[in-house]
Amino acid sequence: MTQPTASSPSREQEFLEYVQSGGQVEATDELPDDYRAKLIKFIEMHGNSELMGVLPEREWILRAPTLQRKLALTAKVQDEVGHSQLIYRVVEDLGKPREQCLDDLISGKSKFHNVFHYPTKTWGDVGVIAWLVDAAAIISQKALLKCSYAPYARIMKKICWEESFHILHGRDVILTLINGTDDQRELVQDAVNRWWGPLMQFHGNPIAKEEDPMYIWRIKSQGNEEARQQFLDGYVPQIWELGLTVPDPKLRKSDDGAWEYSEPDWDELKSVVTGHGPKSQDRLDLRRAARENSAWVRQVVLPQAA
Amino acid sequence: MIYEVFRQERKGQPFQHAGSVEAADDHFADVYAREQYGRRGESSGLWIVPRSAVTEIHDFVDELNRNYHRVDGYPLKEKLKEARERAGTAAPRDR
Repeated sequence: MTQPTASSPSREQEFLEYVQSGGQVEATDELPDDYRAKLIKFIEMHGNSELMGVLPEREWILRAPTLQRKLALTAKVQDEVGHSQLIYRVVEDLGKPREQCLDDLISGKSKFHNVFHYPTKTWGDVGVIAWLVDAAAIISQKALLKCSYAPYARIMKKICWEESFHILHGRDVILTLINGTDDQRELVQDAVNRWWGPLMQFHGNPIAKEEDPMYIWRIKSQGNEEARQQFLDGYVPQIWELGLTVPDPKLRKSDDGAWEYSEPDWDELKSVVTGHGPKSQDRLDLRRAARENSAWVRQVVLPQAA
Repeated sequence: MIYEVFRQERKGQPFQHAGSVEAADDHFADVYAREQYGRRGESSGLWIVPRSAVTEIHDFVDELNRNYHRVDGYPLKEKLKEARERAGTAAPRDR
């Protein structure tokens, strides 16, 4: 844990210049209150999303088509829960205890990512989640590898490494279905159609990065639209090459290399992340029940820590 | 309790800080650290240390300006230039 040289940031302006020139800070450094608050909110939402993100997949563990798929899916669920543990640890060192994060998640006070508020109707959805949703997520997470808050950047290395396995798993599920019967191909196309809207909303509104507090503080290193363009650039060709279509007639790559697309439904995004998505309340209920059912374990184990 | 975890990727390499785990005691810390940092065979060893056992040092004040400990204490470039000039061996672009 090293101190950022002699020009240790004490005042906010000095601190801003420090992080904007690529400087990183540790938990024990003096942090501006606004920076700390923004970090907690952002990282906590990331932790919530990892934890809530396993619920749509969990529903398919018992219905996975083969033993191999069941094991792979279970391993993915373990990875994601592990990520939430790592991330909540970072939040905890910033001053907000994990118990409080979990309480705020259950009460609806804090948020989790839009894509985890939707149902998983078929095995095709499981493939599309691991392939495209995780791809979108890994683009956001790679933009955190240079985060000005070093403890977060460090765990992101491990998280990105594990996410790359999930994309492999997702591509394998998708390719198997695509090489299967017409019905199986249809399953994938239906899932892509269902997930396209939420995927286009995933990276957020196209606010200029110079106006995005998360970029100003260098918590993330790219703007929302940049992330979306990167996603389209990497994955639309992969979707097309399988003979699948994207449900957006306006989608095309313009001559200057930027992707054009229909305006994502920002009202839907806002409504979904504030707890009004098709599965928001079910998932929170499940999380609440899980917390109540496991309370006895914490009661047995934690007194030993005192 | 918070435990800091250091991991060694391959034998012979340095142990580097990997992250931390929260655990009720040393036994749970062992289990959690194995799960978080070793289950994919990505480590050849782990050090698990209670955070309270870590002493941090951040101030390295050099009151006596002992620059002979540092690279900037040896301005060889300047001196070599002068020596070459005196010997008449300076490269053409230096003359």
